[in-house]
Amino acid sequence: MKKQPRSLWQRFAISLPYAWLVAFFLVPFLIVLKISFSQGAIALPPYRPVLDLTAGWQGIERFFTGLSFDNYRLLGSDPLYLLSYVKSLEIAAFSTLMLLVIGYPIAYGMARTPRRLQAVLVVLVMLPFWTSFLIRIYAWMNILQRDGPLNELLMTLHIVREPPVWLATDTAIYIGIVYSYLPFMVLPLYAVLEKLDESLLEAAADLGCPRWKTFWLVTLPLSSPGVLAGVLLCFIPIVGEFVIPDLLGGSRAPMIGQTIWMEFFGNKDWPTASAVAIVLVCLLVTPIVVFQHQAMRGGERS
Amino acid sequence: MQITGAKDRPTKSSPASVDGNPRPLLRIEGLSKRFGSFMAVDRLSLDIHAGEFFALLGPSGCGKTTLLRLIAGFERPNAGRIVLDGVDLAPVPPYRRPVNMMFQSYALFPHLTVEANVAFGLKQEGLPRGEIAGRVADMLALVKLESLGTRKPNELSGGQRQRVALARCLVKRPRVLLLDEPLAALDKKLRDLTRFELMELQRQLGLTFVIVTHDQSEAMIVADRIGVMDRGRLMQVAAPDEIYERPGSRWVADFVGDINLFEGRVGDDRLSVEGTAAGRLRIAAPIGAEPRTPVWVAVRPERIRLSHDKPPNLENCLAGTIVEIGYLGDVSIYQVRIADGSRVKAAVANTDGNGGDSPQPADNVWLSFSPEAPIVLMR
Repeated sequence: MKKQPRSLWQRFAISLPYAWLVAFFLVPFLIVLKISFSQGAIALPPYRPVLDLTAGWQGIERFFTGLSFDNYRLLGSDPLYLLSYVKSLEIAAFSTLMLLVIGYPIAYGMARTPRRLQAVLVVLVMLPFWTSFLIRIYAWMNILQRDGPLNELLMTLHIVREPPVWLATDTAIYIGIVYSYLPFMVLPLYAVLEKLDESLLEAAADLGCPRWKTFWLVTLPLSSPGVLAGVLLCFIPIVGEFVIPDLLGGSRAPMIGQTIWMEFFGNKDWPTASAVAIVLVCLLVTPIVVFQHQAMRGGERS
Repeated sequence: MQITGAKDRPTKSSPASVDGNPRPLLRIEGLSKRFGSFMAVDRLSLDIHAGEFFALLGPSGCGKTTLLRLIAGFERPNAGRIVLDGVDLAPVPPYRRPVNMMFQSYALFPHLTVEANVAFGLKQEGLPRGEIAGRVADMLALVKLESLGTRKPNELSGGQRQRVALARCLVKRPRVLLLDEPLAALDKKLRDLTRFELMELQRQLGLTFVIVTHDQSEAMIVADRIGVMDRGRLMQVAAPDEIYERPGSRWVADFVGDINLFEGRVGDDRLSVEGTAAGRLRIAAPIGAEPRTPVWVAVRPERIRLSHDKPPNLENCLAGTIVEIGYLGDVSIYQVRIADGSRVKAAVANTDGNGGDSPQPADNVWLSFSPEAPIVLMR
């Protein structure tokens, strides 16, 4: 591409998203980063040091000497945090896998239905969004209760003798997450599968490839951008998920979102909560950068 | 390679006549395919012989691509049979049919390299790695793409992509290669060049090609035989020169090339047609129909002479006024309005450059043609 001198208007238009990101992402992130290096205090704000510019050079000096890595050392020393991270990553990984296994056939089926019906199906997939997320999770609490509709159904069908306990278990968390995040997996998959050129499948058949093998050799590789998008869209928010484990899960091993909430609102320990959040961001940014890099390389090729 | 026209092609003998084997390679019997209430292919029968280059020619929507897809197995016929080498293909799924298709869109796998695209079909056969590599390399050399094996399809030009698609089919050594408008996506220069390469490849490999095209000059150049299709039916199946010189019907005459049609009745001597817009027309060969039968006299524009002066011979000549001149470089097409108001087209070769007394619009001219020129059509 040739570089052309940009007009004032173009510069303004380009700078808008950057300004947005600086104001609402970078600045808050830097504030949290700073708090993570501070110490808790019974004061307002509840941490020290606070930058005091009225004290001049000494104030700045005091500010920087007051910062420390203590909170990060705490994260390493207490296994609670480590367990919390591991559990979050584990739940995110397994539920993303489940979402992929459930979502792919749904998206594939949608892409193969007559075009007239596809718009209806897309609306149906998005229909749950019309109800508040919180209300839907409360509905699941009701469904999963000991004498709730799910157990009633299982009992009448004689699948179980005793009503099993669903609430406050990891199973309930998985049910809630898979239910809530399914549209985020289905829609990007549908978007790529719907664009898949039918003649490629015919060409594969023509060259001697049975249908199941065509799926592995042609359909799946060509839908990988959709798989990647769906996986990222699900995995990242699930790691930090707070509401679902808080309402459906047990209290023994909290997910990382719950831990942050506890530090912030329970212990009023902003610096530790910030440190937990910063480590989480680092954990998530690494795979995003790697995937994004791969996707960019793939994008250049196709 | 020297190929100038349909007539002087002694090297391309029709295999149907010289081949001692009477059984055709591909036999289509009473084949029908309906989409809703639309008959895409309508009780169509056709024999294609081994080693033949067969063209299916017709306007868009005539069912030629559907016929190809029926042979490949992507569509299932409502009636009729397709028999290849004496085997009914009806129960054979597309991936087991010994035919291959080159798609109009090429349908190259975008995630695979050129080599992997060409090797795809061979891998499905479970051939040893070494043999696959050898055959792929040979095929890429044949289509002159040996240096581009590691590229992806989107890094190739349209012409190169077309060759990859061709190589991917040819490497399977199909009993019949089906080509769906293989040259339609190329620009004119490349298309002309690629036509001859296709013919060369077909001859070198001794394969049977069935090509679908809407471009009559393409069909005329490449094919041993042409099947002209309209509304799901074969209107005529014959060698290119026969289709052009002796079309079976007005429709074929009109579709293949340009033609002037005069409606009339067979004269009593059967050597003339009376009552046409051009009066009484003399025909060299006796007409195979009873006197007074309504017929059409068809005359190709290039068989009509155009002159300012009245020709000495008064037969088959008519007066008119030039309405329009279409200059094509090598020839000019003159549209001449004759007495009854209809237009007659005459093609005149521009042999003497910008000659001084070439006819101009609004000139009164004479059109004439010899008794050998017209084709008499019954339907």
